[in-house]
This record gives sequence, C-alpha cells and structure tokens, in this order.
Amino acid sequence: MTRWAMTVDLRRCIGCQTCTAACKQTNATAPGTQWRQVLDMESGEYPDVRRTFVPVGCMHCADPPCVHVCPTTATRKRDDGLVTMDYDVCIGCGYCAVACPYQARHINHRRTYAYGGGPNETEAARFDPKRMSVANKCTFCVERIDAGLAKGLKPGVDPEATPACVNSCITQTYAFGDREDPNSNVSQLLAENHWFRMHEELGTDPGIYYIVDEK
Amino acid sequence: MSFTEPKAGRVAPWIQTNWDLRAAGNFIGGGSGTGLLIAAAFAVGAEYRPFAVVGLGFVAMGLLCVFLEIGRHLRAPRVLAHVGRSWMTREAIVAPFLFGVGLAAAWYQTPLLAWLTALLAALYLFCQARILHAAKGIPAWREPRVIPLIVATGLAEGAGFLIALSAVFGVPLPVRWPELGLAVLLVARTVAWRRYRKRLQAPARALAALDAGRLAFDRIGNWVAAPLAVIASVLTPGPVATWLAAAAGVLAVVGGWHFKITLVTRAAYNQGFALPALPVRGKGPVGPAAKPGW
Repeated sequence: MTRWAMTVDLRRCIGCQTCTAACKQTNATAPGTQWRQVLDMESGEYPDVRRTFVPVGCMHCADPPCVHVCPTTATRKRDDGLVTMDYDVCIGCGYCAVACPYQARHINHRRTYAYGGGPNETEAARFDPKRMSVANKCTFCVERIDAGLAKGLKPGVDPEATPACVNSCITQTYAFGDREDPNSNVSQLLAENHWFRMHEELGTDPGIYYIVDEK
Repeated sequence: MSFTEPKAGRVAPWIQTNWDLRAAGNFIGGGSGTGLLIAAAFAVGAEYRPFAVVGLGFVAMGLLCVFLEIGRHLRAPRVLAHVGRSWMTREAIVAPFLFGVGLAAAWYQTPLLAWLTALLAALYLFCQARILHAAKGIPAWREPRVIPLIVATGLAEGAGFLIALSAVFGVPLPVRWPELGLAVLLVARTVAWRRYRKRLQAPARALAALDAGRLAFDRIGNWVAAPLAVIASVLTPGPVATWLAAAAGVLAVVGGWHFKITLVTRAAYNQGFALPALPVRGKGPVGPAAKPGW
C-alpha cells in the first residue's frame, strides 16, 4: 500500500515563498487563497528570540476530520492517502473548513482579481467556475502525480510527477514520496532525523512531517 | 514565552468565518424548536397545535438559515449522501420525518404522535450537538462536554418557550408545576455549562469570549430565570404567577440564544499553528515549543 507523504526540513526553509508562488501558478488559486503558505513565526523573549519559517497546507491526514464531516462525500480519501475534492458535488457548507485543524480549506464566494477590478489575461484564461462557492484545498498536485504514474514516473523522484512546491524549493526543504516504502526518500529522511507532525495530539495522523534535527 | 504575530500570515488562532450568524441561527432555531416540541409533548391533552406549529416553524427557520449559508443552493439535496459518518447528513435525514410526524401530531393532537414527534425532535437536537463536537478545528466546539451543554440548552429553551407561549396564547398547561420543570432544566444547564467550561482547553481569546457572554447566559439566563420560575410555582395561580413564569421562560430562551451566538461566532477561534519543537539552526539543541495564542 502506498501513502504519499511530504517532509519539510525546518532547518532549511528560508521563507522565500517560492513554493507559495509555484503553487499559485500551478493551481491558479484566487488572490488570498494559498493552498501552500509559509508562516513566519517569531518566538521567545529578547535576547533569546527565534524566527522559524513553517510551510503549511493540507496535511492529507490518514484520519481526516474533513472527510468524516462532509455531508456530500465531496471530500474523499484515496487509497494512496491523498485527500481529494470533487467540486461538482460540494455544496459549500463550510463544515470541512471548521473541521480542519490546519486551516487548510478555503471557500471563495466572490471572484477576485490580483490587480484592479477585472481579470488579467492569465486569470481570465485559467478561471474555473467549478471552484466558486465550494471548498478548495491543496491536492498535493494530484493531477501531476497521477499523470506521472501513468507514464511510469516516480513521484518525489521525477519532477514531472512531483508536487510543484517540492520542485520549486530552492533550499530542498521539501521531499515527497511513499511513507510506506522504507527505501523511499521520505522514509530515509525520517529514519535519519528527529521530526514531528503538527497537532498530532488531535489524532488526525497528518501526512506532512517536520524535520528539526539530525539523529 | 511571548509571541509576536507577524503582519503577513496568521499564526495565532483567529475566528473562523465560514460559519456566521446564519449557522448560529440553525442552532438557535433547531434548539428552541426541538426543545419546544419535546416540552409540548407534556402539554398534549390541552391545545397542542400552536406549540407544535411554532416548534416546527423554528426548526424550519434554522434550516432556512443553513440553506442561506451554503454556497451551492441547488445542490442542497446532496447533503443526504454521507449518513455513515456525517452528523450534518443525519440531521438532514431526521428533518423530513420530524416535519411529517410533527404536522400529523399538530393536526390530530394525539399523545402517540406527540411523543413520536418529541422523540424525533430529541434525535434532531442530538445531531446538532454532535455537529459542533465533530468540528475538530474549533477547540471550543470539539470539547466533548459541548454535547450535553447543547442538549440541555435546547431542552431549557423549549420549556421556557412552552411556558411563555402558554401565557401569550392563554392556554393553561395540563401539567403540574411546569415552572419547577423549567427550574430543574436551568439547573441542569448550569451544571452542563460549568462542566464544559471547567474542562475546555481553547485559545485564550476564545475563553475570554465565552466568559464575556457568561452574564447573559449563565447569570441572567440561568441564575435569574431559575429563581423566578421557582417563585412563580409557589405563588397562587393567577396573572402574577403566569407572567412571572413567562418572564423566566423568556430569559431562559434569550440566554440560550445568546450563548449559541457567542459559541458559534465569537468563541469560534480555530486551532492556529503550533510547533512542539523549533528547528536547530547551525549547532545547538532544538528550540522550545511554540504555541501562540493559547
């Protein structure tokens, strides 16, 4: 069995937001909607302060609260662990958005534009009316994964089959692969390093692993 | 540890905006409506019909609020698709049975139909409580003790509504000491609130919002209303006792509504983001945990 998962090496992230831009370019998300975002967390008290850049998004949980609450089954979990959205079925009730502890879900009720009152050429070409007034979220670039697998490529190894944020990262913060395969890149990184998963106490079994130190 | 939230990107918990007053309206209409239908089952034998109609009307109003909240109105029937896990689906499935049996009960006014309506109303109320509990992203909702609190609030609102409406309609209730029943439910609501609040772990601002709403809900809606109901029950039956009981009922209802608005809109801070450890930068140990806003 495959479970697609992502590692994020917090030691490497410099907060450049290239992954955020790559995600927006790939998925044509609306202004203000960031499926992938990098938080800028400042903690501590002078003189012992720390600044940490934390990429977040849909965690593709193994026990996803959004799937459980969805009254329409628009949100589903695939056998490979990816949590997907069916825009043709969603009613936009927002229940998934309040059930998600990672604030990963967005609903756009109004069409918005990056500049001015109308769409630019790209926005006009890539506008998808199916996404209006329904929930949307990071898909781990499921289309790229599926298309790559169909060509015999390996997600996480071959860029064509790998999520855009992972491909774009200039510091190799991200890795993507099969958590169930002990020889995969993510499994090896997790075996060699100390890591945690966000809000793990909530029992969602999230699929993004944050690396903080080597073993 | 103190925390400074940067201007770009939110880290500490913030109020969710996906469910607003319309969602609160569903819990208000559903809670008061089903509570009234349950309480009205005790009144069968007198004039049951107006209570049943008002109760069903409130449930319908709540559902209308939900309908206005969703993004794709024409797809609303798809809400019935996930009975296996979703409490929203289960609520939607109970609703047509509640209206069917409730309208029949209002028409025929038989005890059997009235109690069947009360049973369905109790199911509907339970579904509403579970809807909030299943919202794992909102700490003030996911606390398990929200379930008895929402149920107790609905029942108290229903009893208060019944007493207030009986005064308005001039319909005497065929039960002894209905005011005492209201007082008992208000005490139960107080206990449920205290137990919920004691165990609740939520962002500091969510707790502050709940505590700010305590005056209207707990102090007035419970602690003023309950003694009024008790006093009304010991007074000689007459206009003073009737309107005192009605006042207690109104306070119980309004207090419950205020609580639901507070819970769904003002205390609905999300989980925010937290790190159990900060990464090593260069050399040295990992940093301490960071959980801003809690």
